[in-house]
Amino acid sequence: MCGSPEHQPAQPRQQGRLRTLTAAFAGALWAWLAMALLLAGLAFVIVSAQAARAGEQTGGPQAPDIGQMLTPAEIAALDRDARPDGAGLPAGAGNVAQGEDLYATHCAACHGEFAEGQGRIPALLGGEGSLNGEAPMRTIGSYWPHAPGVFDYIHRAMPEGHAFSLKAEEVYALVAYLLHINGIVEDDFIASARTLPRVMMPNRNGFIRPPHPVAKGRRCMRNCRPAPDISAEAPAQMEGVMIGEEEQTP
Amino acid sequence: MPVPSRRAWLKTMLAGVAGALAGGVAAVRSATSASAADSASTAASAAAARAARGTKLEHAPFRPGMPVGARPYGLPAEAQQHVVRRWLKWMLPSRLTNASFTPLAELEGIITPNGLVFERHHAGVPAIDPARFSLAVHGLVERPLALSLDDLKRLPSVSRIHFLECAGNNSLNWQRPAVNAVQFTHGLLSCCEWTGVPLMEVLRLCGVSDRAQWLLAEGADGAAYARSVPRALWDEAIIAFAQNGEALRPEQGFPLRLIVPGTEGSLNVKWLHRLKTGDEPWLTREETARYADLQDDGRARLFTLVQEVNSVITLPCPEKPLKGHGRQRLSGIAWSGHGRIAAVDVSFDGGVNWQPARLEEPVLPKCLTRFSLPFEWKGEELLLQSRAVDEKGNVQPTHDEMLKVKSARQVYHNNAITTWRVLNSGEVRHVRLA
Ligand code: HEC
Repeated sequence: MCGSPEHQPAQPRQQGRLRTLTAAFAGALWAWLAMALLLAGLAFVIVSAQAARAGEQTGGPQAPDIGQMLTPAEIAALDRDARPDGAGLPAGAGNVAQGEDLYATHCAACHGEFAEGQGRIPALLGGEGSLNGEAPMRTIGSYWPHAPGVFDYIHRAMPEGHAFSLKAEEVYALVAYLLHINGIVEDDFIASARTLPRVMMPNRNGFIRPPHPVAKGRRCMRNCRPAPDISAEAPAQMEGVMIGEEEQTP
Repeated sequence: MPVPSRRAWLKTMLAGVAGALAGGVAAVRSATSASAADSASTAASAAAARAARGTKLEHAPFRPGMPVGARPYGLPAEAQQHVVRRWLKWMLPSRLTNASFTPLAELEGIITPNGLVFERHHAGVPAIDPARFSLAVHGLVERPLALSLDDLKRLPSVSRIHFLECAGNNSLNWQRPAVNAVQFTHGLLSCCEWTGVPLMEVLRLCGVSDRAQWLLAEGADGAAYARSVPRALWDEAIIAFAQNGEALRPEQGFPLRLIVPGTEGSLNVKWLHRLKTGDEPWLTREETARYADLQDDGRARLFTLVQEVNSVITLPCPEKPLKGHGRQRLSGIAWSGHGRIAAVDVSFDGGVNWQPARLEEPVLPKCLTRFSLPFEWKGEELLLQSRAVDEKGNVQPTHDEMLKVKSARQVYHNNAITTWRVLNSGEVRHVRLA
């Protein structure tokens, strides 16, 4: 059936017409024959109208009157996400040694020769055991919950600004390399749609689903607290304020 | 009796009027205690001060101005050039993944002009040709569809005013007040009228399955930015193509952006080009390694999507000191991802005593609400705070109240009460109280 909202009002109209016809022909036996013919005719009209709307698309579900049906090939070309269970990971594989070379070519300039990070660009290793410490460090090794997500992110977002620029094999190799330098897999690990969902990431169970507690204030109006002291004050001058490309002198 | 000349008649009349006037003024003067000499000298010294500043009462140009149509797309007055978005050199990893802040101190009412809406991009602003653009909808649907912009504009649309707030708003001030400007404490916040097609209209067109519980929204930017939206948030969501009456700005997702009212800005995916429904969330990097709230025990809360009740005073504030003693207008904004603002209270003494502020119309759900309160200032120090309450009864917490439930290491979702210290000089500082 066609589910477009614009199409739905047509159905009661046709039913109304049917009721009028039924009343007109009721009583005479031959009328039932005419009815059957009419129904068949109506059905034909509806089906052919829908077929016309669907255009070239036949066989699958009917297209609505707005938008165009996507073909399986078109969907496959767009559908590039990977879930924790591995759903969506593409065919192909890559190993640690290949990943090391690719890393040097495509990534080291920003993330550092040893993936230690540079300036404010994040490190891609380290931070184990730091999450509940003084200075939590969130990296693939210390924080990320699942390995298909490492594939998904590098594929869609790295090198910076170039979505889906690396081939699946290249991304698999980079993931193998990054998991290895984080001490999560051995140096003979081969990353693929089969192996990545099975990798036990150190922080796999570190994420809590909702519902979460809500911070609650109290609506008191008089003598709500003792007279306050100032415990900290922001520096009066702001550092590093930019307008476009220009640094603003405060 | 000679007929008086016209001139003589006018003379006598004027003398009479002047006499009456003088009598009247004298009466007023004796009624009030101010002496004529006093008010004359106050006026004279005010005039001298104006002259010293180089300002005149008469400033009207009275000359021909810019011809009609000289600016096909209008610009603010030249004197407003300081009203711009600013960003911080030291805050984020690169120029592509960065944020600029809305100058909240300069805004009135609740609408953020399009050119001042804060930015947060993860791979810069892509240039998109709308004629070649389409939205793909697939996954757990009967009819996977590609919808052009023209297709979408044939569907029923809605226009709604909602705030948009980055999860990282006020994130620089978890440990201590770090920035002394409302632009940088709360400026990852804007409010626009968004026009577009209700998400459910499009999902129904595609015959979305009952098994679909999550929606992956993907952007067409250089990070193919992707987020999972739970079904509970679909009903109010809009696939927006316009903001404040015109097409979306490139910085806001031109040509399409998902608007999920009341939720963290990053869920409102820009340059929206693909929607995929599924039975499980994708747990992308941007909802795990980022935009999840790390707690003291080292575990992180996922999908903390709704922006909690919040408010801030924008007048006075560090950028807007008090300019003189006497009558003042205090003003600010309040908002909640849970619905309408029900009340805003203001304290002048750091939270000991509070009084309700006036809420300005309109008061809309999941929208900025302007509040105001007149007050007198004699030059004493003030510790100004505002505290918002929403229609679900959520009360904005103090910093200490917030830390009972949230961790100072979580970066995101700081909705604590902010304190402005007004000095004797009228200058304003961002402080924390103990
Ligand atoms: C031009 C500089 C640049 C290059 C080249 C680059 N990156 Fe990045 N990378 C970044 C920046 C900047 C971020 C932070 C992005 C953000 O937070 O939005 C980042 C983030 C990441 C992250 C997420 C880290 C985390 O813990 O959240 C991973 C993983 C990553 N990059 C891997 C790679 C890989 C693999 C390559 C090579 C294929 C690469 N990057 C190349 C700049 C770069």
